[in-house]
Amino acid sequence: MAHEHKLAIFRGLLKFKSNTQKIWGVLIFLTIVTTVEVVLGIIKPRSLTHSFFLGMKLINWVFIILTLVKAYYIAWDFMHLRDEKTSLRRVIVWTPVFLICYLIFILLFEADYIYNVFKDGFITWNF
Amino acid sequence: MDATVSTGTEDSVWGGGNKPLGASYGKMMMWFFIMSDALTFSGFLVAYGFSRFKFIELWPIADEVFTHVPFFHGNYPMYYVAFMTFILIMSSVTMVLAVDAGHKMKQKSVILYMFLTIIGGAIFVGSQAWEWATFIKGDYGALETNSGRILQFVNAETGERAALADFAKTLPEERVKHQPSEGIWFEGEGYKTSYSLNEVVEGFKATPNILIRTEQLNEEGEKTLLDRKQSLAKILEANQVVEGANLVHNEYGHRLFADFFFFITGFHGFHVFSGVVINIIIFFNVILGTYQRRGHYEMVEKVGLYWHFVDLVWVFVFTFFYLV
Repeated sequence: MAHEHKLAIFRGLLKFKSNTQKIWGVLIFLTIVTTVEVVLGIIKPRSLTHSFFLGMKLINWVFIILTLVKAYYIAWDFMHLRDEKTSLRRVIVWTPVFLICYLIFILLFEADYIYNVFKDGFITWNF
Repeated sequence: MDATVSTGTEDSVWGGGNKPLGASYGKMMMWFFIMSDALTFSGFLVAYGFSRFKFIELWPIADEVFTHVPFFHGNYPMYYVAFMTFILIMSSVTMVLAVDAGHKMKQKSVILYMFLTIIGGAIFVGSQAWEWATFIKGDYGALETNSGRILQFVNAETGERAALADFAKTLPEERVKHQPSEGIWFEGEGYKTSYSLNEVVEGFKATPNILIRTEQLNEEGEKTLLDRKQSLAKILEANQVVEGANLVHNEYGHRLFADFFFFITGFHGFHVFSGVVINIIIFFNVILGTYQRRGHYEMVEKVGLYWHFVDLVWVFVFTFFYLV
């Protein structure tokens, strides 16, 4: 492990004096993001639940993007990927990202197809 | 035998003894394990998405399923899961602090932070066990139709969910116990509910302010509420009473929801549990001074990676089970 830590987050917008301070800073950020998610999940604003983007509710896009943001900070600062070599980071991140995207694409399309078969086909499944 | 033999060829790339990508052997293998485990979890979560997209119009609403907080009565969706998420993130923080203290060779701080991490993990596993118990027990009770769809009950005056106990009649009927002598193959009594189907149906007919809610989601993203006439027709389709959830029946809605809930949170909970066990082992090694003598705390860093990974997975489980 490289003993020197990169102490700036948000692309250098926020710089910390020590590694310990950075850890607490990231905790505060993650807590804020989680709170936003929970508050949105409880009040469910109508403007977000009734508008769609690419066939999915806007609120669900917000949840998924915030989740990816959280995942980024957990991996980069808690698992200190930020301090690792770029090559190691790319191997670890892009391999699963590619495979998972493929998996999501193929399975969700198939599921939607089956949904339509159930809906328009000649099988009764709700009786 | 010493694993790191000095061959005198450290400066040659293919001669062995050097660290590819700047990571030690153990750390790199931990990362590879985490990658394959991440793919396993994605497989599960995408399978959940598959089933959900397949039954997109009747999937249960998580806010209506997980509404309990220990020691409090009432309807508090999500608060407890949010608390669990916070506990896990918090224990992740104490873990990074332990790794950080390890770099500075501060044995006392590593012991303290490892201890706090283990406590956090234990609270999380305990909370999950409580959540499972609440889910299995159920709260309102429902009827299941011939095709396995769920019919729930709503009080027409208040618009709130009605429990079976609110309206079911107590009929003077004798429950016939299945005996080994009766069947060719004795299979045990199986599922036992507090009311029989007949008692629920009779009670429903006698209470005019109870309506049936089907699993179907309407345009507002809410469950469809039938009027009294439709409800009276619908209840004839019921063929059994369901209370709580298990792998076969689920009073909250589609049974696959319960199956995936048990499987994914169970698999994650098992990861947390094994993380706690591994943390305890390392914790004792730290107390014994193993790593102080070794001269570095890389072992703490490696279990730390695993522990953060468990937290990372929970972030996704939280989103796809409770929020989306």
